Amino acid sequence: MKPIVKLAFAVTLLTAALGARADDIQVAVAANFTAPMKEIAAAFEKETGHKIQAAYGATGKFYAQITNGAPFEALLSADDATPTKLVAEGAAVKGTQFTYAIGTLVLWSAKPGFVDDQGKVLAKGKFEKIAIANPKTAPYGAAAVEVLTGLKLLDQVSPKFVTGENIAQTFQFVSTGNAELGFVALSQVMKDGKITEGSAWIVPGKLHETIRQDAVILEKGKGKPAVIALMDYLKGDKAREIIKSFGYEF
Amino acid sequence: MFLTDTDLQSILLTLRLASVVTLILFLVGTPVAWWLARTRSRWKGPIGAVVALPLVLPPSVLGFYLLVTMGPNGPVGQLTQALGIGLLPFTFWGLVVASVFYSFPFMVQPVQNAFEAVGERPLEVAATLRASPLDAFFSVALPLALPGFLTAGILTFAHTVGEFGVVLMIGGNIPGVTRVASVQIYDHVEAMEYSDAHRLAAVMLIFSFLVLLALYLWRPNPKNT
Repeated sequence: MKPIVKLAFAVTLLTAALGARADDIQVAVAANFTAPMKEIAAAFEKETGHKIQAAYGATGKFYAQITNGAPFEALLSADDATPTKLVAEGAAVKGTQFTYAIGTLVLWSAKPGFVDDQGKVLAKGKFEKIAIANPKTAPYGAAAVEVLTGLKLLDQVSPKFVTGENIAQTFQFVSTGNAELGFVALSQVMKDGKITEGSAWIVPGKLHETIRQDAVILEKGKGKPAVIALMDYLKGDKAREIIKSFGYEF
Repeated sequence: MFLTDTDLQSILLTLRLASVVTLILFLVGTPVAWWLARTRSRWKGPIGAVVALPLVLPPSVLGFYLLVTMGPNGPVGQLTQALGIGLLPFTFWGLVVASVFYSFPFMVQPVQNAFEAVGERPLEVAATLRASPLDAFFSVALPLALPGFLTAGILTFAHTVGEFGVVLMIGGNIPGVTRVASVQIYDHVEAMEYSDAHRLAAVMLIFSFLVLLALYLWRPNPKNT
């Protein structure tokens, strides 16, 4: 063999060997889970050598993309309905669906002292704009509407709605102060078990249907060891600790 | 009617936005175009580049800056609050301001080209007939540049109708206030209401084609400008 061919052969073998151990995982992640996912991904990559390519966004959009052939191998959804639907439609692998976190809704303002810890600010109505995620597509938006309906405040508050296309945009409306307050995910304003800035009312879970966030392996990730490893990792203590520190429950 | 009420509402809002923006840009863009066409200042290059920026910048950049500057802690936001107007994001007039920036080059550049095509000569002749510069502008330059104005008006209107990214970022998706047709379609798609999305998308496609068709039929030869 010529030296150059030998070299090429060696490189091929080497990359093949590395490839078997370190895979790229394409995973679609609900926007509310962005911060914990980044920490989990870093820890997972360090431990396993696999590389996570995460896309963050609205679950509804991911559904449309997945059913139209997007190359995602796993979905970390913001709800349990979307994974169930994908399994039923044959786009996700049966038996791989599990709840990786239970989300908490929070009424939050970037201004300290603006939101009281009982949420009475809602009834007083001394604000111009309140941000919610699109209730048609985002579970946190639907939960917010449910809370307001339960408090009999929906008619009073809804003229002041500004709607983010997902929970990340909703947070952005509030954090820039363009909306004085808004319903966001606790994970967006909590780090290490504490609210990082502004003021907040952590909405009691009994005021809305549980925000059960399910993960599922998609058809494109079927049987891939790296994808299965990630799913197992999400169920492990290390990941759970990170998830919990952002205010999620199980 | 095969469109729903909210679809119709979003279309009317879109048309209203595009009309207001086109009108404002006629007033604001014309002096800028006139200056750019006639100046020999060393600022011509930099100002021309600034005018063209929205052609190149991603809408997300413009949307982000607008959201921050028009917010309660931004300079524009503090000004509007001091003037008692309140905050611009999530309002119709906020969209107008954003669209004026976004569509600026679509107004200025065709008008500037038209003014440049008129040249010095007709204005010099007008001056020898004792027309004041203002008179010469309105009775000589403006009529001669009229085709350029029509092109600019149509392009600005159509471009504003086609706006999406900036509106999504600072609009807040309020029905009848900031939910324009492009955002309504996006909403339909996100909510998996594909048949609604199809109907409205078809309306937008036909409208856009007709506008451009009118533009090209009416001006078959670019040399005529």
